[in-house]
Amino acid sequence: MKTLRLVAHYAVLILAAIIVLFPLYFTIAGALMTDAQLMRFPPMLVPQELHFENFAKVLEAMPLIRQFFNSIFVASAIVLGVLVTSVLAAYVLVFLNIPFKNVIFGIIMLTILVPSESLIVPKYLILVDLKWINSYPGLIFPFVASGFGIFLMRQFFLSFPREIYEAARIDGCGHLRFVLTILVPIVRPALGVLGLYVFIGSYNMYFWPLLVINTPDMQTLQIGLQALNSSESTQPSLIYAGAAIAIAPMLVIFYLFQKSIVRGLTSGAVK
Amino acid sequence: MSAPSLLARRVGGYSVRDLGVAVLFLAPCLIVFAVFVLYPLGRTFHLSFFSNDLLGRPVHFVGLEQYQRIVTDPYLIGVMGTTALFLVYTVLPGIMIGLGLALLLQPKIAAIGVFRALLATPFAFSVAAAAVVFNVFYRPGIGLFNGLLQQMGLPAIDWLTSPNYALGSVAVVSIWRYMGYTLIVCLAGLQSIPDELYEAARIDGASSWHRFRYITLPLMTPTLFFLLVVSTIHSLQTFGEIKLMTAGGPVNSTTTLVYSLYKSAFAYGSSDYGLASALGVVLLLVVTIITVIQFRFLQRKVFYS
Repeated sequence: MKTLRLVAHYAVLILAAIIVLFPLYFTIAGALMTDAQLMRFPPMLVPQELHFENFAKVLEAMPLIRQFFNSIFVASAIVLGVLVTSVLAAYVLVFLNIPFKNVIFGIIMLTILVPSESLIVPKYLILVDLKWINSYPGLIFPFVASGFGIFLMRQFFLSFPREIYEAARIDGCGHLRFVLTILVPIVRPALGVLGLYVFIGSYNMYFWPLLVINTPDMQTLQIGLQALNSSESTQPSLIYAGAAIAIAPMLVIFYLFQKSIVRGLTSGAVK
Repeated sequence: MSAPSLLARRVGGYSVRDLGVAVLFLAPCLIVFAVFVLYPLGRTFHLSFFSNDLLGRPVHFVGLEQYQRIVTDPYLIGVMGTTALFLVYTVLPGIMIGLGLALLLQPKIAAIGVFRALLATPFAFSVAAAAVVFNVFYRPGIGLFNGLLQQMGLPAIDWLTSPNYALGSVAVVSIWRYMGYTLIVCLAGLQSIPDELYEAARIDGASSWHRFRYITLPLMTPTLFFLLVVSTIHSLQTFGEIKLMTAGGPVNSTTTLVYSLYKSAFAYGSSDYGLASALGVVLLLVVTIITVIQFRFLQRKVFYS
């Protein structure tokens, strides 16, 4: 009876995994089939032979390598910016005695609440005024400070023993030196969690780059996929190959750092 | 000589050196917030009271006219209906699927870690990648889904080209992509329930349904409520799937609040910044109300525990 239940449990799990993973499976399978095979009826679900040339073809059709670089560069710059601004701001909020601390914290929390889509028109107009349309600064700077990042760092700093801070200060350790040589090494796992979270979000960003960028060589990979979607509609194999290239780094990151990602995702949910 | 003494001075009980460091350390994030959140926030309200010229400059003060359009124009009333319908399609079904999968993944049996990782994988898909791939699946003639339906002897479905199905088809992609997150949050919630409670219930002879109904569900309420709030806000902000799969059509059946905001501001020949800003204010108000309700609830929760 117990074994039967266990077998049934695994059967349901396997069925669920097949359904949930099918789109991922077929993205990869489709990237390795010819267009004729993809349009066949009844549908072919397993590639007969592996057509790796689809990847070469899609790299020829689109500046995907350049766009890949753009995505990685923009996401990395945003991560660096968020880590620096979050650590500095959270340090002030936790360790320093300054006036209006609650007001500043309130403003930071407000930035989490406001949906970015609400502000899209004035943000776009600011970018036009700054002449940052179609540029890396336009893709990066609006995101280098994150209310969520400051909040998360603040939570970690609050559990940092106050005595160590006071002892270091009495011994003449400066603020910046304390942050760089004592605080940052200790909260490194937390920085990793925040960095991953921000990297995934920035790499996958869609709405903002769609507005800000207007030439193919400046587009990020996500916007490149859109062009692929509309111009290669008779070649589904190229769309699958492009999507497979776009998700590859995220899949690698997801499986390598799953524990950290899970911690980042649940940090706001479960106390 | 005078510099160190100035830094060592105290003003109103605060050290001048600390104040200086605070300004320096807070400046980077506060400048970014001022330019890209606070100023745009004020500007959104400001623009929503104007109509603009072709270059986007607000020229005529129109008072509340843009808001009046939102509640009287049949197209915009339809947009609000579509937005509500999209929430109905995505939020509760998404949470139920996430909770169901998390319950399947809860027992500590062999290889469960592999299944946990596999089932959370959709999280790795970006909006754009998911949308272009499902576009090919959904195609009317040669699409994979219709091929499979026909193979099973079922009639083909106009997934994205019929006003009856398009919103649901987009919702499926949205739920699928967000499932990894709901699943991870539900699983974390389930794991915070002490095993002893289940042990005690089992000894008392409670059936698995009773254990779910009287232990799991009550203790999961805060997690599920959190997910309800977060998924509602996430769903309200859905943009990429709609832009890439249906562009708001057919006959506006997938034009939600955020998509109509985008269309009125940035679609060819539109630049209706006044209306777009008013729609932005509406979105902001809805999200604020939801968040305030969440805080009220959390406060009550703290009181109980």
